[in-house]
Amino acid sequence: MFKGIIGLLAGICLAAPPALAQQAEPQLIRAAVLRVDDPGLPPISRLDIPPEDDGFAGARLAIEDNDTTGRFMGQDFEAEEVTATPETAAAEMDRILGEGVAFVVVLADDATTLALADQAGERAMIFNAAARGDNLRGADCRANTVHVAPSQAMMADALAQFLMWKNWPRWFLIEGSHPQDKALADAFRRSATKFGAKIVEERLYEDTGGARRTDSGHVQVQKQMPVFTQRAAEHDVIVAADEADIFAAYLPYQTWDARPVTGSAGLVPRSWHPAMEAWGGTQFQNRFEKLANRRMREADYQTWLALRMIGEAATRTQSADPAVLKEFMLSDQFDVAGFKGQKLTLRDWDHQLRQPILLTTGNLTASVSPQDQYLHQTSQLDTLGIDRPETECQF
Amino acid sequence: MKHILTLALCLATTPALANRVFVSNEKGNDVTVLDGETLEVIGTYPVGNRPRGITISPDGKELYVCASDDNLVRVFDPETMEELHTLPSGPDPELFVLHPSGNPLYIANEDDNLVTVVDTRTHQVLAEIPVGVEPEGMGISPDGKVVINTSETTNMAHFIDSESFEIFANVLVDSRPRFAQYSADGSKLYVTSEIGGTVSVIDPATQQIVKKISFDIPGVLPEAIQPVGARITSDGAKLFVALGPANRVAVIDGATDEVKDYLLVGQRVWQMAFTPDEKYLFTTNGNSNDVSVIDVAAEKVVKSVPVGQQPWGVVVAPN
Repeated sequence: MFKGIIGLLAGICLAAPPALAQQAEPQLIRAAVLRVDDPGLPPISRLDIPPEDDGFAGARLAIEDNDTTGRFMGQDFEAEEVTATPETAAAEMDRILGEGVAFVVVLADDATTLALADQAGERAMIFNAAARGDNLRGADCRANTVHVAPSQAMMADALAQFLMWKNWPRWFLIEGSHPQDKALADAFRRSATKFGAKIVEERLYEDTGGARRTDSGHVQVQKQMPVFTQRAAEHDVIVAADEADIFAAYLPYQTWDARPVTGSAGLVPRSWHPAMEAWGGTQFQNRFEKLANRRMREADYQTWLALRMIGEAATRTQSADPAVLKEFMLSDQFDVAGFKGQKLTLRDWDHQLRQPILLTTGNLTASVSPQDQYLHQTSQLDTLGIDRPETECQF
Repeated sequence: MKHILTLALCLATTPALANRVFVSNEKGNDVTVLDGETLEVIGTYPVGNRPRGITISPDGKELYVCASDDNLVRVFDPETMEELHTLPSGPDPELFVLHPSGNPLYIANEDDNLVTVVDTRTHQVLAEIPVGVEPEGMGISPDGKVVINTSETTNMAHFIDSESFEIFANVLVDSRPRFAQYSADGSKLYVTSEIGGTVSVIDPATQQIVKKISFDIPGVLPEAIQPVGARITSDGAKLFVALGPANRVAVIDGATDEVKDYLLVGQRVWQMAFTPDEKYLFTTNGNSNDVSVIDVAAEKVVKSVPVGQQPWGVVVAPN
């Protein structure tokens, strides 16, 4: 420790490059991670049950990373971890704001995220690390919110590009009966139009509240799913829109026709996958697993990335002033590295973080979109999601 | 008797060793050895788990390999590819640099934010130096006095005193700095930034960035231009920078630091090494599982040679 301090002091005395001037007291940069847990149904597969520290473990890694850099910059980072229910979320947000925390990472559903953003207003910058709703980036966009989580439109476009590259343009779209399923199905419909796919058949899978988890697939599902998918128009793939996690996981191998399942099951677009090894991913996974004793989930990745954005802004501006950091993050000077092979930047029209999307199977990343063939005049990443000319966002 | 025999063996085979090329295959867990003259594969030898950084002692007697997943450095006889011993490296050694005298070895521990210094003779750890997040690139000044470490997530080049092991300066560069290379006269330090897409030219005396080299290749997306390995000729005239998934090596005028040309090589080109006479430059191409051979004078790719799975690092035996 003593040696470390000397090293740090030596750094000041000998080098003292103006760009890295240090201060006697470290600058403190505070954030909070507010996770709003919805007491809904457990996931279909017990392998998908979220761990207690879902998202928070990613925050811890980000703070470690930021602090390691902060040692050289005279900066210290903190992230308070807060869990809430939809009922207590507003009170918790009030408390956080009352403590003067200017950066809040929110892990919540679409409606709660929007409500919390409105509640924070000018007082805090919100980092949406979970909600994918396109409305949050469109008609319901908020100037105080940046979206680290990719949107439904980005997810759907990522899949659509791959399916078109595979020359599988005839889609059988199955959507669930929950509102969020319809939103996802709409995103798939939009992608089909955008990339020239044809939805040849659409069916609605009604959630009748059956004994979902007691049947692990071999009892009722094995009979129901073939019947449900019987006599569909000639199609290349099934695209499932099941955000509520009611039926899609049961589709693979149970369909009437021998067709691959994509979307909410089978080939699934994700922001992160624990088998990802490219672009330095292996060491990132290793560091996370050493810290958390489990694999990294999307919530962890998105929370890590949100807090890294704050850390990166603090390093580059050498400031702890939230206004300075916010202005820098929203400027065209800002980029952040996120183990996806290229710099990630913010779209100025809706504050969505541009990012490649992983197309994952059970144990692997099968592909990464954007696909090479889809070009764009500004950034290839803007072939995913809502581009500037089509945005409905007005800050 | 045994010693005499070994000596005789060495004497007899030294000329053949002179230009041997050693390529670490990250996924193959082995090293492919090429003849630097004929460019033929001599053999492939197991070297432990996830070999990445690879270097050789100035006398050509010891080949060092970072066995990342074994958490140690394995030392081989370059002649026989028999393992001689191992060196403690700290966890997840990725890349290292040898002091010009051959001792000690400075190792970047990617998972632990440390640089470990190991005595190559006593096999003892001399120091562990805390650096930024994901230390990777390691360079050393030609006089051996300053060690450079780049940290990929902190985005700094750390200047370390090679004797006191103290950091005395930190230079913020563009995203994901991968490699640090001094010019032979020590007047310039080049630091590549993979995600930033640039090479920072740093004046080692003042630790200030004096120039940033950027790249523009017609028909290649800017995001695909990711500078990784860098090597400069001993006369300082030509700097070569491997551009990762752009599948090109940039040729840069060492005097003006302006890009002269881009050479098409294999896929995802990372590390490079010259032959001792600087006639050839070898590049490791991780996605096409081959090495490209560049004629340095002609600035042309003359051959590609298939090696093992995901070639990562390369070193050529000294004369």
